[in-house]
Amino acid sequence: MGGLPAGKVERTEHDYPEWERRVDAMVQLLRGSGKITVDELRKNIEALPPAAYDKLSYYEKWISSLTATLIQRGVITTDELGRKMQEVEKRGK
Amino acid sequence: MKPQFATDYPALDAKFDKGDRVRVRKAAPLGHIRTPFYIRGHVGEIERYCGAFPNPEELAQMRDGLPAQPLYRVRFKQKEVWPDYRGSDSDVLEVEIFQHWLEKA
Amino acid sequence: MSDRGTYQPYSYYQLMETSLRELLVEKGLVTDAEVNEEVAAMRERQPERGARVVARAWMDDAFRQRLLENGTAACEELGLEIPALKLVVVENTTQVHNAIVCTLCSCYPRVLLGIPPDWYKSRNYRSRMVHEPRAVLEEFGLRIPQNVQIRVHDSTADMRYMVLPMRPKGTEGWDEARLAGIVSRDSMIGVAVPQVK
Repeated sequence: MGGLPAGKVERTEHDYPEWERRVDAMVQLLRGSGKITVDELRKNIEALPPAAYDKLSYYEKWISSLTATLIQRGVITTDELGRKMQEVEKRGK
Repeated sequence: MKPQFATDYPALDAKFDKGDRVRVRKAAPLGHIRTPFYIRGHVGEIERYCGAFPNPEELAQMRDGLPAQPLYRVRFKQKEVWPDYRGSDSDVLEVEIFQHWLEKA
Repeated sequence: MSDRGTYQPYSYYQLMETSLRELLVEKGLVTDAEVNEEVAAMRERQPERGARVVARAWMDDAFRQRLLENGTAACEELGLEIPALKLVVVENTTQVHNAIVCTLCSCYPRVLLGIPPDWYKSRNYRSRMVHEPRAVLEEFGLRIPQNVQIRVHDSTADMRYMVLPMRPKGTEGWDEARLAGIVSRDSMIGVAVPQVK
């Protein structure tokens, strides 16, 4: 990313909502227990399609990457994730 | 050269010394790489030996990254990195680069 | 990077977060209590922790030397809990001004200073700070004279960086708490310098 043409630095700061803090927390906990490495997380962020990289927010990228990493590791499967997401959605949060 | 952070992984020998002129290899393979694009091909000076760490390129692929690879802080003159650099001639950029990306300049 | 407001309608990614967390709890990989504790711990990590380190270095020259030699050990001397942090502290002088960036992602001494600001993680900061640091610093309201060397540190590996700013004039005789009060997060990143208010 260094040296690419870019605009003024927007000095935005936002107060992180709970779900983003929980993403951060899960990343730290799973790194701490040796289930994932930060290198895999970074690789999976780099692997996001360019459009997604620009469009998704920081923690949207991190939850995507964390999930992809855990699927790659076999900690969860795509099927388990899909079923759980359906269940949670049906429950209404 | 003494490492700034000692680690106890089985490690490759550190072959560069403080002050050595080194060039960052200009390769662009696939995979996860921690050598920034903008610095590849450039020549700098070893500022310090950070220590030996598992190779992040391998860790990213769920392998252990051993033997640990020596890591250096390399100092570059900004005016040599960017043809259009606007600043002081003395300005520098310091980047941590793994030994396998460096060759003697 | 888009700025997020405080309220968001429940999104696909929030759904993913909830779902992933529930699966991990079911599988015994994390507990809800652990997640909440970690969220609370991160909230406690604020730039004031780094400011204490700076203030101590300003008051105690031997500490300053130790801080520059091994940032991690020096912070631990002060009783700061900084799990796995490999801290390198770089010192501003009348000849050198330091600034930190992570062009590859957003590496930052989080366990010491807390979560980095959005702008630090932004495409614009990461692209331009290595290429035109003086222009970026001017946008932050900081003009560094041409005879002062700017050293930009791109954290690409396991080390995390913090700037030890220069102690401003007009702070003679101040105690450590008062000194810590003028050390901003931005001055420890290198995009600002401490001001005597």
